[in-house]
Amino acid sequence: MATRSDQVPFLFRPVRGGRLLKHLLLIGFGLIMLYPLLWMISSSVKPEDIIFREPGLWPSTVTLDNYSEGWTALKHSFGYYLWNSAVITGLSVLANLIACSLAAYAFARLNFPLKKMWFAIMLGTIMLPYHVTVVPQYIVFANLDWINTIWPLVVPKFLATDAFFIFLMVQFIRTLPRELDEAAAIDGAGYWRVFLQVILPLCMPALATTGIFTFIWTWNDFFSQNLYLTNSDNLTVAVALRQFLDSSGESSWGPMFAMSIVSLGPIFGFFLAGQKYLIRGVATTGLK
Amino acid sequence: MSESISVTPERPPAAPPAGVQPSGRRRRATPVNIHRRREARAAYVFLAPWFIGLFLVTVGPMLASLYLSFTDYSLLEEARWIGWDNYEKMFFEDTRFIQSLKVTTIYVVVSVPLQLIFALALALALDRGLRGLSFYRSIYYLPSLLGGSVAIAILWRKIFGTDGLVNSVLGFFGIEGTGWVSDPETALGTLILLHVWTFGAPMVIFLAGLRQIPQSYYEAAAVDGASKIRQFWSITMPLLTPIIFFNLVLEVIKSFQSFTQSFIVSGGTGGPVDSTLFYTLYLYLKGFKSYEMGYAAAMAWVLLLIIAGLTGVNFLASKYWVFYGDSK
Repeated sequence: MATRSDQVPFLFRPVRGGRLLKHLLLIGFGLIMLYPLLWMISSSVKPEDIIFREPGLWPSTVTLDNYSEGWTALKHSFGYYLWNSAVITGLSVLANLIACSLAAYAFARLNFPLKKMWFAIMLGTIMLPYHVTVVPQYIVFANLDWINTIWPLVVPKFLATDAFFIFLMVQFIRTLPRELDEAAAIDGAGYWRVFLQVILPLCMPALATTGIFTFIWTWNDFFSQNLYLTNSDNLTVAVALRQFLDSSGESSWGPMFAMSIVSLGPIFGFFLAGQKYLIRGVATTGLK
Repeated sequence: MSESISVTPERPPAAPPAGVQPSGRRRRATPVNIHRRREARAAYVFLAPWFIGLFLVTVGPMLASLYLSFTDYSLLEEARWIGWDNYEKMFFEDTRFIQSLKVTTIYVVVSVPLQLIFALALALALDRGLRGLSFYRSIYYLPSLLGGSVAIAILWRKIFGTDGLVNSVLGFFGIEGTGWVSDPETALGTLILLHVWTFGAPMVIFLAGLRQIPQSYYEAAAVDGASKIRQFWSITMPLLTPIIFFNLVLEVIKSFQSFTQSFIVSGGTGGPVDSTLFYTLYLYLKGFKSYEMGYAAAMAWVLLLIIAGLTGVNFLASKYWVFYGDSK
């Protein structure tokens, strides 16, 4: 059944009666689920005064005023906050890719004393609530004068503190045949060459999953960005949106919806581009 | 690893140059041991960032936070040792703390099972040869990615506001709604709904689990005349219990620490009348708004114990309902 109709886009394939009902139900349910999102998108292009008079999706008047108004509503233009978020997110992705793959290679391939104990500790830190360490961390970062800099958000990532990704990559590296390492070792490659030239290139799927999830989590992160970035000159998108909410009160929802859409854009982009890795990552490790 | 080494013939330990050197040193210098030591050294280099992070960012602060939990500390003055006072205050005097515990418990107990039921139901509906599976999967999964963002929390606040989308839809049917987020009776409900909305992630995990069940089981059952319902309860459910368990543990831990949603929807207060005062939100207010950092540290340790306890209970209870193959 699947092979015959593979060439035709699935919406246009002939469907049997009972199945048709099922598809209608599934599509209807999907629409209800996505309705809030679609409504936000359509509201962002409606003039302010009709947003709440029209629960429908199709705007009777289309305007981009909300976007231009929202873009400049705060102290800096919204592009400024997007850039701040991009810097923190980019560095976090880089940090997780480097630090977690290094640790994962050691756990998956090398032998060293007390390896089992360290591995168990690493697994334990995955479940550890962030809040248990945040108070002393804040005190230390305050003493280092790091409040209102990006360092509290980025430096820990270079120290492989997102242990979930170590676990993800360990699981992945364990599925790679050991003969590859051994062949390279016989050819005279040291541990670094094995890691850089054999393991890492084969790890691309796991690295992609790590990168995409780090991107989405860091972009969405509100707790720590709200904690460490309080100066109006270095806000990220998440914190800026919150300021927007505070300053505009209950009045200007159009511009806020517009900027909310803008803030979700990169996540949506990564979702479209990296679906395969996202789904596989969730299915194999239970990531969010 | 040892195969590649055995190519080099080992020096027979039986014939050391008699008495010249202490035998211990000689024994350690065999190629195998040199190799082992070199491998361990390499491992430590690869693990160096992680070790530093473990001690400086995780274990150190954890212990510091344990110490702080027995002190009165406000970032400006020295920490003052006060013994168990923070903990006593929490459980016997601080009604807001009890409220936050209550709110979070209701949130977890209601939203997690609901979310998992939706996830399982949709996974079953999508399973096995349904056309457009990946399309539906993506649609349903998308809210899981967006659900934690500030933008969605803002949207939620507006959808359930007095003049929000929900009320205008209800008004269309002639029903008069309420201010869902400003009414203490319903505010928590809107957050529960937001959590249920993100059922896509556990659904994907269920789908992966369903795919592991061999089709032949169902064929054999059908030959024996088992109905679809019987097949579900006798094959699908038992084989899926490990996955249900996994999702349950994961979602309980995660939802107990929810923060952004209640912070944004309640405007950072946990209101109305503390009806959405999540545990972590109260911790944040205590530690970083009123700078009672000792108290916040104590709350963090109680949170750690609660989460460890819940996970432990889950694991103990799993003996009675999780089915792991034919081991029994």
